[in-house]
Amino acid sequence: MKKRRYKEKLAYLFLTLMVIIILSSVFMMFYFIIFRGIKVINWQFLTQMPQKGMTAGGIFPAILGTLYLTIGGICFALPLGTSAAIYLTEYADQNRLIRIIRIGINNLAGVPSVVFGLFGLAIFVKYLNFGVSILSGSLTLGILILPTIIRASEEALSAVPQSFREASLALGATKWQTIQKVVLPNSISGILTGSILSIGRAAGETAPILFTAATFYTMRLPDSIFSEVQALPYHIYALMTEGTHPESQVPIAYGTALVLVLLVLGLNLIAFTLRNRFRRSKK
Amino acid sequence: MKGKFFLKEKIIKNIFLLSSLTSIFFLVGISLILFKEGLPLFREINFIKFLWGKSWYPTCNPPEFGALPLILGSFWITFGALIIAVPLGVSAAIYISELATPKIRNFLKLAIEMLAGIPSVIYGFLGIVVLGPWLQKLLNLPVGLCSITASLLLALMAIPTITSLSEEALFSVSKDYKEASYALGATKWETIIKVIVPAAFPGISTAVLLGMGRVIGETMTVLMVAGGAAVIPRSFLEPARPITATIALEMGEAVVGSNHYHALFSLACILFIVSLALNLAADYLLTKFRRTSQ
Repeated sequence: MKKRRYKEKLAYLFLTLMVIIILSSVFMMFYFIIFRGIKVINWQFLTQMPQKGMTAGGIFPAILGTLYLTIGGICFALPLGTSAAIYLTEYADQNRLIRIIRIGINNLAGVPSVVFGLFGLAIFVKYLNFGVSILSGSLTLGILILPTIIRASEEALSAVPQSFREASLALGATKWQTIQKVVLPNSISGILTGSILSIGRAAGETAPILFTAATFYTMRLPDSIFSEVQALPYHIYALMTEGTHPESQVPIAYGTALVLVLLVLGLNLIAFTLRNRFRRSKK
Repeated sequence: MKGKFFLKEKIIKNIFLLSSLTSIFFLVGISLILFKEGLPLFREINFIKFLWGKSWYPTCNPPEFGALPLILGSFWITFGALIIAVPLGVSAAIYISELATPKIRNFLKLAIEMLAGIPSVIYGFLGIVVLGPWLQKLLNLPVGLCSITASLLLALMAIPTITSLSEEALFSVSKDYKEASYALGATKWETIIKVIVPAAFPGISTAVLLGMGRVIGETMTVLMVAGGAAVIPRSFLEPARPITATIALEMGEAVVGSNHYHALFSLACILFIVSLALNLAADYLLTKFRRTSQ
């Protein structure tokens, strides 16, 4: 018995050690980004154009570009994803078609992001002739986040108690009226949570916009949805790989990285707390 | 009146049905595009020579399109990442679901979720400025950006997938199993390792497969830290160049319609097929698991 207890202690020690390794990696990543990035960030950095061949000045165009791309992506994916989720939770019976649709969604979620980029390049940039532009990038990002939105909306919709629907139908409402007046209002916070998470995901993606939207050297702000844009993640990549003055570009990259991390994790944190509150209120 | 109502409901239902079909539409669209743009390469280059060729010099004259170094590069780095990520990720999952108090559990889940939220370009950036130079000094390497740097970072990126899905699988193991094991006099650890983990094994395998899918498709990190040499990898301390990095790096300069362009789409086909296979396998395992556990 003593030997067994000893073995148990040893195993717990190992598990704890593994958890500590993960936690300290997370901690170190944040440590470097925050403490080296914070030195660079000030109001000018956030609101000015880049200067002197990307070796000085701010990152305003990149912030704006990321905003445009993610808003464009969500405008495309949110209506489509929510409608898909409505069909799956409200209308569909468990049959073969639904099984295939689900497999499709799961596999779309697993497609590598660079493949989305190639698809966007071939379809939006070349075939539909949108060029390297906000429109092409937004659509590509929209397809990328579609599975996330569908899953989140599905979860939110199916959390609405069945009795709500039955009450509405019993009052003589049609299925669509029930969805419109009962199901959607009761699941809107969950759907929003999913959208916030997807915005965070889209804001951080680089590979899909590499050939569809992003540019490094630009001296002006985009003036239409057919302009190419700077974007935060691409800016970091370009600063590290295309620059010729690493000593002045690495600090800018740290600053950009901190802005991107704050943006993405801020959104995640909002979604996380919203979801917890939402789940608690449902119980 | 009633007929009009009925018609409207029917139209609405079909609009929703169409929306839910778009995922399949995009998936099929992606595969069609990849094959349409990738297959023309094999009018001029032997398929076996593409798959088995050992040198990738797309811009030389004459160009050589041997994808083997890139394919092996992808698998090599993925293999390295999984060796690190599976023990860490599964241990963390066991810790979270079986040992942690509710407070610690929530904290760990939040930390893991944050890890999942960090964009891949940030991992690559930290690889260049922190991990690479650090490894170079520690292991006395000629270059800090090599396979092991990429594998370490990719392992961190795979851990959230592996941990959260494994934890879900462990958590859903029926309580009866646990109680039966305790009743037989087993300790908590014996119960975990001999009862709970085996019962959750299909779920854990699914988690590992999906984690692998995430790693093999990861682009920005490997593009920035793997070193970029298109040679067959022989050790973890040498640079490598996976498929994803090659596509991202060369697509910008490849002329549309050239052999190089088609070759990059062919590479994407390989990548797409591998990740599709991983996802289908994960899906199959999960469905089978659900059926047997009910």
